[in-house]
Amino acid sequence: MLSAVPAMGSCEPVGLVHSLESFGSVDGPGVRFVVFLQGCAMRCQYCHNPETWACTSSSQWTPEALFKHALRYRSYWGKRDRRGGITVSGGEPLLQMPFVTEFFRLARENGVHTALDTAGQPFREDPEFLARFDRLLEQTNLVILDLKEMDEEKHKALTGHTNRNILAMARYLSDKGIPLWIRHVLVPGLTDDPQGLKELDEFIRSLKTVERVEILPYHTLGRFKWDRLGIPYPLGDTRVPTREEVEQAEAILHTVEYTGS
Amino acid sequence: MQDFQQWNGFEGRIWKEEVNVRDFIQKNYHPYDGDESFLAGPTQATDKLWGALQKLQKEERAKGGVLDCETKVVSGLTSYGPGYIDPELKDLEQVVGLQTDKPLKRAFMPYGGIKMAVQAAENYGYEIDPELKKIFTQYMTTHNDAVFGAYTPEMRLARKTHVVTGLPDTYGRGRIVGDYRRIALYGIDYLIQAKEQDKLNCGCGNMYDEVIRLREEIQMQINALKGMKEMAKIYGYDISQPAKNAKEACQWLYFGYLAAVKTQNGAAMSVGRISTFLDIYFERDLKNGVLTEGEAQELIDHLTMKFRMVKFARIPSYNQLFSGDPTWATLEVAGIGMDGRSMVTKTDFRFLHTLENMGPSPEPNLTVLYSSALGENFKKYAAKISVDTSSIQYENDDVMKPVWGDDYSICCCVSATQTGKEIQFFGARANLGKALLYAINGGFDEKHRIQVGPKMAPITSEYLDYNEVMEKYEFWLDWLADIYVNTLNLIHYMHDKYYYEAAEMALIDTDVRRTFATGIAGFSHVIDSLSAIKYAKVKVIRDEEGISKDFEIEGDFPKYGNDDDRADEIGVWLLKTFLEKIKRRHTYRNSEATTSILTITSNLVYGEATGAMPDGRKAYAPFAPGASPSYGAEQNGLLASLNSVAKLPYHWSLDGISNTQTINPGALGHSEEERKENLVQVLDGYFDQGAHHLNVNVFGTEKLLDAMEHPEKEEYANFTIRVSGYAVKFIDLTRKQQLDVISRTCHGVL
Repeated sequence: MLSAVPAMGSCEPVGLVHSLESFGSVDGPGVRFVVFLQGCAMRCQYCHNPETWACTSSSQWTPEALFKHALRYRSYWGKRDRRGGITVSGGEPLLQMPFVTEFFRLARENGVHTALDTAGQPFREDPEFLARFDRLLEQTNLVILDLKEMDEEKHKALTGHTNRNILAMARYLSDKGIPLWIRHVLVPGLTDDPQGLKELDEFIRSLKTVERVEILPYHTLGRFKWDRLGIPYPLGDTRVPTREEVEQAEAILHTVEYTGS
Repeated sequence: MQDFQQWNGFEGRIWKEEVNVRDFIQKNYHPYDGDESFLAGPTQATDKLWGALQKLQKEERAKGGVLDCETKVVSGLTSYGPGYIDPELKDLEQVVGLQTDKPLKRAFMPYGGIKMAVQAAENYGYEIDPELKKIFTQYMTTHNDAVFGAYTPEMRLARKTHVVTGLPDTYGRGRIVGDYRRIALYGIDYLIQAKEQDKLNCGCGNMYDEVIRLREEIQMQINALKGMKEMAKIYGYDISQPAKNAKEACQWLYFGYLAAVKTQNGAAMSVGRISTFLDIYFERDLKNGVLTEGEAQELIDHLTMKFRMVKFARIPSYNQLFSGDPTWATLEVAGIGMDGRSMVTKTDFRFLHTLENMGPSPEPNLTVLYSSALGENFKKYAAKISVDTSSIQYENDDVMKPVWGDDYSICCCVSATQTGKEIQFFGARANLGKALLYAINGGFDEKHRIQVGPKMAPITSEYLDYNEVMEKYEFWLDWLADIYVNTLNLIHYMHDKYYYEAAEMALIDTDVRRTFATGIAGFSHVIDSLSAIKYAKVKVIRDEEGISKDFEIEGDFPKYGNDDDRADEIGVWLLKTFLEKIKRRHTYRNSEATTSILTITSNLVYGEATGAMPDGRKAYAPFAPGASPSYGAEQNGLLASLNSVAKLPYHWSLDGISNTQTINPGALGHSEEERKENLVQVLDGYFDQGAHHLNVNVFGTEKLLDAMEHPEKEEYANFTIRVSGYAVKFIDLTRKQQLDVISRTCHGVL
C-alpha cells in the first residue's frame, strides 16, 4: 500500500469543492463522476465558470468521504471494460494536489479509472513541486489538458499568465508516458487564427502520448455568471464559431487522427 | 396429442398437448447475438403505404385531431366490410384489417358509456344517429350508467375533488392483453374446442353465482372466437386452422388484436410480447428459402403500421388525462429466458428497425425488456434507436422475470402481466398529495371548499410539527385507501357485467389470475413536503376560513432525486405504507392488490386539482410525472436522480415505477459511438440496482421550444417524445402540456 500521508502535513487534506456532477460523459472516457474543485489563478476571458475562481468554498470534503460518495455511482461506470470512472476538474485541480492525490489513490486502490482535467497553470519545474506532482501522476490514468494559445504574449492577454510552464508540463507528461487528451477552446477572432492553430498542431504532434484532440467551440451559456458576480464580461458580443469554423480548426489540428480513448 | 401439418419443423411436445405458447417459444426459438447489419430497408410497397398513411395523419391533424367518425354503426367484429389504407394500394398491404371501413376513422363504441360515445362524436362535430342514442339510453344499460347509479355519495365527492381521479368509469378499463399468438399457433377451431372443454368442466352442477357467471363468460368467449373467424373471412382469410407461414402468422395474430380493438376502447390496448414468437416462423421460412430478409422486414413494417393506426373516439376529459391520443399498443422486445438464454432474435431487431424504416412514432409503445446481461450488440442498437428517435422505453427484466416469468406482456404503459394467464383490473390513481392537505385541513377540500370524508380536527399550529402531521396523514391515507379500493371494486363489477372483454378473454386461460392495480399520484411532492416539515421549518399560511393556502419554508431540506437517503427513505416509507393499507382490504373477485407510481400525463390534471403543498409547490401547479423527482429538485445530475428512484423496491410496486429523463445529446457524448456506449452504461447501472423503468429522451430544450413555436416544420411532423410510460408526438400536445414538458429537467444543459 502506498503512503497515505499527504504532502501538506499529517492532517487530512480537505478538498474545497465547487460542485459535483454524477453524470459526466465528456470529461474522460465513459460515464464519469466529475468533481469540480474551487479555485483558479487563471482569468481566461471566455471562462464559463468564473464562480470557481475564488479559493473559498462552503463545501469541503475529505478524500474518503468524497470517494465513498462517488462509489454510489459505480454501477454506471461499466461492468466489463470499466470505461468510466472519476474525473477531477475545476477550477484548477493542481491547486489542491494533496487532496486530489489521496482521492485518486483511493480510487485506484479500488480499480477505478482516474482522470485529471487541468489547465496546467500551477506547474513548476522545481524539485519540490515535481515530487508532489509525480505522486499524483502515479495515481492518474489520464490527463485532460487545455492548451489555450501557443503565443506567449497572446496567452498572457487571454489568461493573465504565461504558457511556458504549461507547455513544459505537456512535455513532462508526454515524457512520463501519461496518456493525454488535448483540448482547445475555439473563440472567433481570439483563438482561431490558422497560424496559431498550426503551431498548436505542431506542438501536439511533438508529444508522444496524445490519445485525443478536441476542439471545444466557445459558447455564451456561462455569461450570466459574470453578470451575477458583477465582473465585466471581456468578450462582449463575441459570437460562437460556426460549424464550418470548428471543422476547419479540427482539420488543422488533425483531430480525426487521434483515435485512442 | 394434436398435430397439424402447419407445425412441420417445430420441436416440442407439451405445447401440442395443451394451449401453451410459452413452451412452443422455448422449444423453438434461436437467440441472435449478432449486430444490426443484416437488416433491410423499407420496400417500395412500405414507402408507398407509409406515405399514404402520413398524408392521412396530416389531414387528421388539420381537421383538429379526428379524420372521420362513425355515427350509424355500432362497432363489432363484423360490423364492416373490408377496409384498407388506400383502396388503390390494397394489394401492397401484406397485413390487412382496419377497425372500421376506412383508415383512421373512429368507431362508435357505446358499451362503456353512451353519454361518452355521444360526447366524443360531438366534440369533433359528429352527431350519433338518434335511434342508436335512444337504444343505448332507453333499452340498454352501459358501464358508465351502471357505475354512477351505484356510487355512494362519498365516492362521488372523492371523485369530484380528484382525491381519486382518472377512474375507468367513463372509459373502457383496458389493460387486458389477449394472447393473440394463440390464433397463429393453434387456429380458432382448436381454441374453441379448448374453451368448450373448459365450459364442461366449469362447476360440478351447483349453480352458485360464481359458476353461473363463469359459464356465461366462457360462452361469450366462444361466441367471440366464432366472430373472429367471420371477421377474417371478410378479408378473405380462413383462420380456423394454424398459420402455415410467417405471413399468415403475422396476419392471424393481427386479427386477434383487431378483434380486441373493434370491441373494446380500453385506455390501454397492448399488443404484447410477440417478437420472439414470430421469429420462429420467420426463421422457418428463411431456412426453407421461401422468404427473404427484405420480405421479412416488410411484414414487420406492415404489421407495425397497423399498430400505428389504432384510434378511438375520446371525450375531452379523457384527452386531458392522457394527452396526445395514445392507445398503448404496447409491444415488447428482448428479455432473458428462465434458462438464461437471451430472448433477442432477429425479429426483435426488426421491430426496433421500424423506427428507422418509417421514422419515429409513439405507437406501438415499443418497450425493451432490459437486462445488463443482454448481448452488447442488441443493447447498443437499442441505445442508438433511443438517441435517434426518443421513441422507446426500457423496463428491467431482471426484476420482473422472478415475479412474472419469461412470457409476460406489458399490459399498459409499464405494467407486467403473464401473457394469456393473467389480467389486470386497472385502477388509476389516488392523490396522496391531496391526502396530505386533508391531514392538515381536517378533510376540508382546499379547492372545492367542501368537507370530504369524516370531519376531523385540522392542524392549527403556525409551524407544522412532523409527528403531528404524520399521525394525521396515516389516518387520511387509510381513509383514502378505503374509499379508493371500494370505488374500484364497484367499477370493475360493472365493467365485467356490462362491458366484458370477451374477445381478449377468449385468448386467455379460463382459470385466470387477476391483479388489482392501484396507483399513487403526487409521490415526489409528498416526499419533499414531509422532508421539509422534518428537516426545515414549514409555516402554514391560512385563509380566512383557516384552510392552508400556501406554505413558507425556512431553511434547507433534502429533496427526492438527489440520492439523499434522508429524503429517499420517506419515499420508500410512503410506498410501503400505502400498499399495506390497500392490501388490507377486500378486492373484487379476490384479485391481488398491487400499486404503481406512474401517472401518464395525468400529472397535470392531478396538479390542477391540488392546492399548494409544504414542499413549495404552488397551488394547482403540475405534479411531477410518475416516480420522477419534482421539477428543479434534482441538483446533482442525472445519476443522482436515477439512484433515488432505484431505491424504491419493485416488489412493493408491482404495477410499475415510471421514470422519465431527458438528456441533451451533447451531454451524452461527443460522437455517435460514445453516445450509444454511454447510454448503455447508464441503463446497465440503473437497472443493475433493481430499478424498474426508464423513459429515455435524447434532445435539447431548444428543439422543444422550436417545435412548440413552429409545429408546421416538416421535421417535427413525427417528432416523438417519451412522457410518463408512453410516447406522443410533441406537436399533438396542448401548449400547456408542451410547457410542462419543457419545464422538466434536461440533463446536461451546460
